[in-house]
Amino acid sequence: MENLIGLLVAAPLLGAALLLCGGRRLDGKGHLLGTALALASFVIGAVLFADMLGRDEHDRALHSHLFSWIPVGGFRADVAFQLDQLSMTFVLLITGVGSLIHIYSIGYMEHDERRRRFFGYLNLFLAAMLLLVLADNYLLLYVGWEGVGLASYLLIGFWQHKPSAATAAKKAFIVNRVGDVGLSIAIMLMFTTFGTFAFAPVLSNATDASEGKLTAIGLMLLLAACGKSAQVPLQSWLGDAMEGPTPVSALIHAATMVTAGVYLITRSGAIFNNAPDAQTAVVTVGAVTLLFGAIVGCAKDDIKKALAGSTMSQIGYMILAAGLGPIGYVFAIMHLVTHGFFKAGLFLGAGSVMHGMNDEVDMRKYGGLRKYMPVTFVTFGLGYLAIIGFPGLSGFWSKDKIIEAAFAKGGTEGWILGGAALLGAAITAYYMTRVMLLTFFGEKRWVPDEQGNEPHPHESPKSMTIPMIVLAFGSVFAGGLFSLNDAFLKWLEPVTSHSHGHSPLSAATVTAGTMVVLLIGVAIAWVQYGRRPVPSTAPRGSLLTRAARRDLLQDDFNHVVLVKPGEYLTRGLVYVDHKLVDGVVNGTAASVGGLSGRLRKLQNGYARTYAVSMFGGTAVLIAATLLMRAV
Amino acid sequence: MSHAATVHSLWTTAAVSPPDKIPTPHIEYGQLAPTLIVLGAAIVGVLIEALLPRRHRYAAQLFVSVVALAAAFAAVLGLAAGDYGTSKARIAAMGAIAVDGPALFLEGTILLVALVAVFTFAERRLDPAAHGNRVDSFAAQAAAVPGGDAEKAAVKAGFTTTEVFPLLLFAVGGMLIFPAANDLLTLFVALEVFSLPLYVLCALARRHRMLSQEAAVKYFLLGAFSSAFLLFGIALLYGYAGTVTYGGIADVVDGTVREVTPALAGTMGNDALLLIGGAMVLMGLLFKIGAVPFHMWTPDVYQGAPTPVTGFMAAATKVAAFGALLRLLYVVLPGLRWDWRPVMWGVAIVTMLGGAIVAVTQTDVKRLLAYSSIAHAGFILAGVIAMTPDGISSVLFYLAAYSFVTLGAFSVVTLVRDAGGEATHLSKWAGLGRRSPLVAAVFAIFLLAFAGIPLTSGFAGKFAVFKAAADGGAGPLVVIGVISSAIAAFFYIRVIVLMFFSEPRTEGPSVAVPSPLTSAAIAIGVAVTIVLGVAPQYFLDLAGQAGVFVR
Repeated sequence: MENLIGLLVAAPLLGAALLLCGGRRLDGKGHLLGTALALASFVIGAVLFADMLGRDEHDRALHSHLFSWIPVGGFRADVAFQLDQLSMTFVLLITGVGSLIHIYSIGYMEHDERRRRFFGYLNLFLAAMLLLVLADNYLLLYVGWEGVGLASYLLIGFWQHKPSAATAAKKAFIVNRVGDVGLSIAIMLMFTTFGTFAFAPVLSNATDASEGKLTAIGLMLLLAACGKSAQVPLQSWLGDAMEGPTPVSALIHAATMVTAGVYLITRSGAIFNNAPDAQTAVVTVGAVTLLFGAIVGCAKDDIKKALAGSTMSQIGYMILAAGLGPIGYVFAIMHLVTHGFFKAGLFLGAGSVMHGMNDEVDMRKYGGLRKYMPVTFVTFGLGYLAIIGFPGLSGFWSKDKIIEAAFAKGGTEGWILGGAALLGAAITAYYMTRVMLLTFFGEKRWVPDEQGNEPHPHESPKSMTIPMIVLAFGSVFAGGLFSLNDAFLKWLEPVTSHSHGHSPLSAATVTAGTMVVLLIGVAIAWVQYGRRPVPSTAPRGSLLTRAARRDLLQDDFNHVVLVKPGEYLTRGLVYVDHKLVDGVVNGTAASVGGLSGRLRKLQNGYARTYAVSMFGGTAVLIAATLLMRAV
Repeated sequence: MSHAATVHSLWTTAAVSPPDKIPTPHIEYGQLAPTLIVLGAAIVGVLIEALLPRRHRYAAQLFVSVVALAAAFAAVLGLAAGDYGTSKARIAAMGAIAVDGPALFLEGTILLVALVAVFTFAERRLDPAAHGNRVDSFAAQAAAVPGGDAEKAAVKAGFTTTEVFPLLLFAVGGMLIFPAANDLLTLFVALEVFSLPLYVLCALARRHRMLSQEAAVKYFLLGAFSSAFLLFGIALLYGYAGTVTYGGIADVVDGTVREVTPALAGTMGNDALLLIGGAMVLMGLLFKIGAVPFHMWTPDVYQGAPTPVTGFMAAATKVAAFGALLRLLYVVLPGLRWDWRPVMWGVAIVTMLGGAIVAVTQTDVKRLLAYSSIAHAGFILAGVIAMTPDGISSVLFYLAAYSFVTLGAFSVVTLVRDAGGEATHLSKWAGLGRRSPLVAAVFAIFLLAFAGIPLTSGFAGKFAVFKAAADGGAGPLVVIGVISSAIAAFFYIRVIVLMFFSEPRTEGPSVAVPSPLTSAAIAIGVAVTIVLGVAPQYFLDLAGQAGVFVR
């Protein structure tokens, strides 16, 4: 069984290699090949899952050592995989949802002439993400981490002819680099602290290290997680990343990329458990981001950007949960999986809407689409109900648990976190209802575009709707299944451990509170967008609305705090380089040249001069030799 | 009678008891085979000149030269395979010639270089045919006055100087002995054996004959001057040690002398003689390697000599002379290292800096390469000074790497021509990369190797000598070496910029299409440059195994 683990990564990697190196020969069938290899990876994952279920719960981790990568003295890096329950969960999510997105893309990218390349990048994305979650040490994880960064760059900028897409890709890459630096520093700190960076020794010896070092490592890991998972303060790339084709958005938001940060923190739980300050930083980031994303999501008229804000917010929930320690790890991952289903479904639904609407993304130009796209409407609607936490659907089970866990943190902290999580739930209900109403209800508001093409909304082809239907099933039932008999908790507990904490409120109270805020959120949205007609151009809005439209001024903040000082710094350096460095260099060059010109005159062409030079040289040689002896 | 009788009795005493017999020298023909083959072939070459009709001489000479050099190289390989480079290293020919690792390595290098040089000597497609006869780089009749009637007649008759081949072989023979010489007299004889043919070869250019003859005369005068120093030094060393063998002198230096020669009782062990004599012998060798301040012949001679000769001379002479210098310093004078090391430090520093600095303002590609060779001599000296086994092997490696780059670079110079023959002025090379990308690219590779850019043999060699020097305690020397490399990189890169990023001149030179001979020479140069640059370890190991002198 161990040998199959390598194949999990190898299948999509092979696909990427074939599709990207295969040339035009594969243009015709390449997308099917890529999809088949993604499915193959899922099947292997399923086989491994069945095998894992068959074993005792404390004996489930598999280990597969491929080869020694960098054996240098005391430094040892292996290419080795570790498949435990946590990795397994991710493998199934990545390959499962990933495969569905592949299938969806067959229809979505049908007319794109660079389709083969697109599927190659998708496969590369899967391979990198699988490597990330299967690595048994932080260095190999880092390889996958960078691979994910590369693949996301390639895919976000896939429509490179659009300057906005190219810029967005660069932005995502650069912001991610900041996080990557954090990860690399964390790995270096681990090596100096523990002498290794393999999971097992680092995590089992975490208690031996000083709290200061663990806090430092934890904060650096948090920085890394912020980058990949788009958490404040490294969240700015996520919205722009919507420039990529919609399946890419679904992949980034549901199955890969943004989940990596949650994985990293959960995997490194032993470090955070012993570094309370780092944990505080994590929950703060999570709480701030979940509100930040939610507020941004309220103000966006672009359906994908609204969903992007929602992702930021939902990942904020997960980070918050992961920061709570053993109380929250399991629920962070559980929410991650259920979110994977409904967010993928929502994005694919959004893609389907755009597909039918000539790639229009402004929700104010939608309206009443439920009649034209029944399948999309139903699947999107189920995803909507799931994300707001409608009782019985997936999101209800997982989000509720996180809110409970936040209160269970105890003390003032617990109240603040729990309050933030509740408030987030209300805002989530509000903005998602808004999206739903603007898109599928009310009067039709679409108008002909500049070329005079009137959109003809229509249902998408089967290859697109079937993945949406499958994901809708997940959105509806996954949470319930996981919570049945605490199945998910028991499944993950051996890896992440679990404790209940001491909630000041009973579970029933929290659930009731959640329902109340949910209803309030939905009601407000209904009042604003359901009862009265929606203007097709956005009103000016309040100060907060305007700020939220500009992503709460994140780019302005970055511009003032980072870009401007950076520009001044580089200008200063350029000045120093021109005046000082170049001055020295050019001065040296000039003096060498001058010296050369003068020495050259010694070479006058007369043999007698040369002979004198030789004679003098010999005399000096002899004198120097004698002098050396005398000294 | 008293005085005269004493003298007389001395004579008669000598006459009465004659030495028993002059012992027949014992010669190990097998171990000396490489040298003997080459010198034998040179004599055959002379006979060819004497006996064969003109029209057959070229082919016959080329055949004999190539076969002889290849056979000699095979003989070197055979000796190396027979462990003569390591466990069976010995001194042959009655103490005159050493057969050991460094000798075999250098002989192999010289022979390969000579073989490639023969290709460039034999090139007959570059110069336009004169009166329907294909001509090479050498004068139709060297003895004819330039521009005179005799010369015109010779050109019309299609004469060519096929004597260059035996001259080359004689020079190679001397070069083979030079680094293997184990006594000072053999050293001197070998020096003259390879120098005299080189003087003649320098005078043989077909074009710019006056320049060529001037170069030859300068080279000859200065060479004779330095030979005189060398010889004087040898005499002083004999006075000091009572022997000219390396081992014998070393013994006296070490104080483990076995017997004192009565006639020299007054001078033996006099350190002044040792130091002065040693310095003079060193000077003779430094002249040959072109170290500052004994370098001034180099640019003039490199420029004036026929380019194939320049290439051969620049590569092979340097190998031979450095070999002899290594043996002298490591075998004869190691006991004196505290005396000569500081002096050699100084020589290395001024050589590196001087070569690099003066090269900056050169405008002629052959002179540029000449100054570059001076700078390189300085770099190699840094390795010589290390006084460690690594020092020896790094110098051996550097010599092998450098000689092929040099030969290749000068071969490329023969290709770039205009109406006046080779277009060596750098301004004419502007934009060469646009018109002849391949030739320019090849030359760029050689220049990068000279500059010591990684993935070329120049980098591996430079790294090896600098590392050896640093390990041998010559850190400051390495710093100066790196600074000189930086200066040198400037003018190498400048040529590359000139070739690729300047507008071509309208009346610029054209690149001649060479015969397979020159093409092969250049291709070998490129191949060696890249192989030694990409995978130097095998050859470094080889040089490392060859790094022990026999004494």
